[in-house]
Amino acid sequence: MSDTVQDQPAAAQPAESIDRVIIRFAGDSGDGMQLTGDRFTSASALFGNDLATLPDFPAEIRAPAGTIAGVSAFQVHISDHDITTPGDAPNVLVAMNPAALHSDLYRLEKGGSLIVNTDAFSDRNLAKAGYDADPLHDGTLDGYKVYEIPMTELTKKSVEHLGVKPRDAERSKNFFALGLVSWMYTRPVEPTLEWIKTKFAKSPQVIDANTAAFKAGHAFGETAELFDHPYEIEPADHEPGTYTNITGNVALAWGLVAAGQLSGMPLFLGSYPITPASDILHELSKHKNFGVRTMQAEDEIAGVGAALGAAFGGHLAITTTSGPGVALKGETIGLAVSLELPLVVVDIQRGGPSTGLPTKTEASDLLMALYGRHGESPMPIVAASTPAGCFADAIEACRIALKYRTPVFLLSDGYLANGAEPWKLPDVESLPDISTEFATEPNGENPGGDAVHHPYVRDPDTMARAWALPGTPGLEHRVGGLEKADGSGNVSYSPENHEKMTHLRQAKIDAIARDIPDAVVEGDTDADLVVVGWGSTWGAISGGIDRVRARGRKVARIHLRHLNPLPPNLGDLLAGFDRFLVPEMNLGQLSKVLRAEFLVDARSATKVKGLPFTASEIEVAILDHMEDVR
Amino acid sequence: MSTTAPVPETTRKDWMSDQEVRWCPGCGDYSILAAIQLALPDMGLRREEVAFVSGIGCAARFPYYMNTYGMHSIHGRAPAIATGLAMARPDLHVFVVSGDGDALSIGGNHLIHALRRNVNITILLFNNQIYGLTKGQYSPTSEVGKVTKSTPFGSIDRPFNPVSVALGAEATFVARTHDMDRKHMIEMFKRAHAHKGASIIEIYQNCNVFNDGAFGQITAKDSRDAMLVPLHHGEPIRFGNENERGVVLDRGGLRLADVADVGEDALLVHDETRDDPSIAFMLSRLAHGPYEPTPVGVFRAVERPEYGEGVNQQLAAAQDDKGPGDLHTLLRSGATWDVG
Ligand code: SF4
Repeated sequence: MSDTVQDQPAAAQPAESIDRVIIRFAGDSGDGMQLTGDRFTSASALFGNDLATLPDFPAEIRAPAGTIAGVSAFQVHISDHDITTPGDAPNVLVAMNPAALHSDLYRLEKGGSLIVNTDAFSDRNLAKAGYDADPLHDGTLDGYKVYEIPMTELTKKSVEHLGVKPRDAERSKNFFALGLVSWMYTRPVEPTLEWIKTKFAKSPQVIDANTAAFKAGHAFGETAELFDHPYEIEPADHEPGTYTNITGNVALAWGLVAAGQLSGMPLFLGSYPITPASDILHELSKHKNFGVRTMQAEDEIAGVGAALGAAFGGHLAITTTSGPGVALKGETIGLAVSLELPLVVVDIQRGGPSTGLPTKTEASDLLMALYGRHGESPMPIVAASTPAGCFADAIEACRIALKYRTPVFLLSDGYLANGAEPWKLPDVESLPDISTEFATEPNGENPGGDAVHHPYVRDPDTMARAWALPGTPGLEHRVGGLEKADGSGNVSYSPENHEKMTHLRQAKIDAIARDIPDAVVEGDTDADLVVVGWGSTWGAISGGIDRVRARGRKVARIHLRHLNPLPPNLGDLLAGFDRFLVPEMNLGQLSKVLRAEFLVDARSATKVKGLPFTASEIEVAILDHMEDVR
Repeated sequence: MSTTAPVPETTRKDWMSDQEVRWCPGCGDYSILAAIQLALPDMGLRREEVAFVSGIGCAARFPYYMNTYGMHSIHGRAPAIATGLAMARPDLHVFVVSGDGDALSIGGNHLIHALRRNVNITILLFNNQIYGLTKGQYSPTSEVGKVTKSTPFGSIDRPFNPVSVALGAEATFVARTHDMDRKHMIEMFKRAHAHKGASIIEIYQNCNVFNDGAFGQITAKDSRDAMLVPLHHGEPIRFGNENERGVVLDRGGLRLADVADVGEDALLVHDETRDDPSIAFMLSRLAHGPYEPTPVGVFRAVERPEYGEGVNQQLAAAQDDKGPGDLHTLLRSGATWDVG
């Protein structure tokens, strides 16, 4: 990445080395903040920094321009060392309009840098943002390093020579901001210029305008003498390997493609568009050369129905959705429990109930995944905890589904789905074989003495039922949602049989505990207090634990990937602690489970603001619980 | 799973499962089951290549009685499940068995979308104009004023006409038959199966327990000739004990006429292959209920690309274009960097 040096003839302004920075780009939904943040992230990833991101945008595609409701933000944390969260308080806030300033200023650290686009601070915009007086002049910004820059005008000027109409020219102002911040943090320039060319390949004029704006922003930083000097953040000390920057949804989609290859079965996705899961449908529908079939169904129920039909036909069947969709799919998932067919239900959780907060994160579907079906219908649950981890978690969910002939929940959330981080690419050869066997010969006899297929004869080890695919001669059989006789699978209303089958279905899922890794205690194994977490709280808990330990206090943590069944050693591990803290983006769902399963005094730390925990919130919760006299 | 060995000859017995059939004695479902089992030996199919998928209702028990692959699923969802199965396995012959409540009430959405997509499935819609399995509530095809347990003062909602619904969804094959005419049923089943894409057959089926005789006025042996209007492709549409009546297209609508009055040349010649479904739709509206002369036979049979085939063509094209998927390459398809 020698561009940095070439593009930085900043002899007069030697860069100051810092170890990390948190930048938040905030503007109107129409200002292209997600694109800007995303691009800054990619450039940083390519440069070799560690990073974590938090896109934070409204549900409306274009809420009324200039209002607080329309503010779209992207927070990125880059560093020269391992980091696990997008950061607590930004060091830099880029506010493209008054609404962005009004909604996000409180997040900025005291003394932090504030870059404002002064051109947007008209009386009208100030009023729309709910300001009575101009915050640039009334003392609101005292205590921050404020950089007032007329970005819109500077952008217009920079593209004048291209003959771009003023209204179109204005659209490039996010690239001005990106250029400026890229200069401030000595980001390599070439990859972004290249990317602009590919991204806007359809319109040469847009390429030219965005390139000009980007360069103008960069040059502005260098020459305007507003800034003392740029900053430098060295590449992080990552393990050797090939890396890519990846979001949770793409990692999850790739994990599913991989599972198709590793199982030797065609992948089938039945899905209905829903935020924040749709990107998985988009991603998978690109990979037809892997034999991936995707169907955008007429509704959520048809999405899972088609997947279950494909599963019956021997495909690796997936349905992807978010909470409201899971509610609709519940009956079909129950059918899958009864049919004992493999099916992976991906739930990218978001704020609920009902439509709730479609674009904001929450992890409040755990109890629905565990119990949200009628009757006794147990299902394994795998939960992702990092964006990149979604890849392996998708493979794990498919492995369990195929091996045990069962629907499996894979839980992710809006934060993981859209958040990005560098991912060390795994060696494809090292991925597990998850292929399964199908019946080829009859395994039973009917009353007439004919050799037939009995679909509910179980494997003695896994308790998985025999699976004969349509097309296999001589193994024709019927399955259905009515209770089936153990073994033969014929319809049975016998009381004893129903009780037996209910227990068998439960026992099969419980026994999967033998086939998942033990839970691991990290941190101070001799601590009094253990933090038990699941899902995307992983990063914030890691950060919180580090801070507590840096204070010289002892604390341990366990992070769960398998939520049903739970790791077999979990009870023993918990028995080694006195205090239990369970941070969750819900009102205490895992803590209820732990209390019920292990009779421990699990205490909740909850957050349902549509935003992930910060490390400091976890730190405070741990310290509070430690101090609490019982 | 395909094999090149010749398809073995089968008889009705080969298609019967070992399960005891448990419909009420006298139920029309028995004759439909027999007709399917009699039609299948002539369809040139292997048992293992056939799958019956059903929803919930009396009719939905059907798969248990067929010695094929089968799934008795949940209420209304059979067309969606069958869509996935047919997409995944184009080598299979997928039948959907459904009733009026299953297909047109709880599952209405899946039905119209399966038809719209033209998925390669054959849908048998048993219409008895009543909820049987839940013991006698009015259904979406019950006539207005129907007095049932849930409508003691008579139903007030207008019924669906299943053939009209199917044509409205632009189904490529739409037919109607009834449980009193085995020969006609068998003929319709074979036609539907031979059709590429989605086919739907409405079968008037007598529920002798909760809605006995719903179709008696038109399907009874002695009234059939006068009350059923047989549709034959390429032939003038006529009916009656002496074939003395017919259908004419008159001032933009269809009406019944005496052939003697209008002359043979004035009769509408049935064309099931007409791309525009308007006339087929008018035919579906000819009778206001099963008490007026009612068309039976194939209303529409047109060719349109089949959904699963389109899916597979895209898959094949992608493989031709990019070669078979390679995971190593996929993981490196975004910007990557090496740490040494
Ligand atoms: S209730 Fe009616 S439809 Fe159902 S089995 Fe009995 S007669 Fe047949």
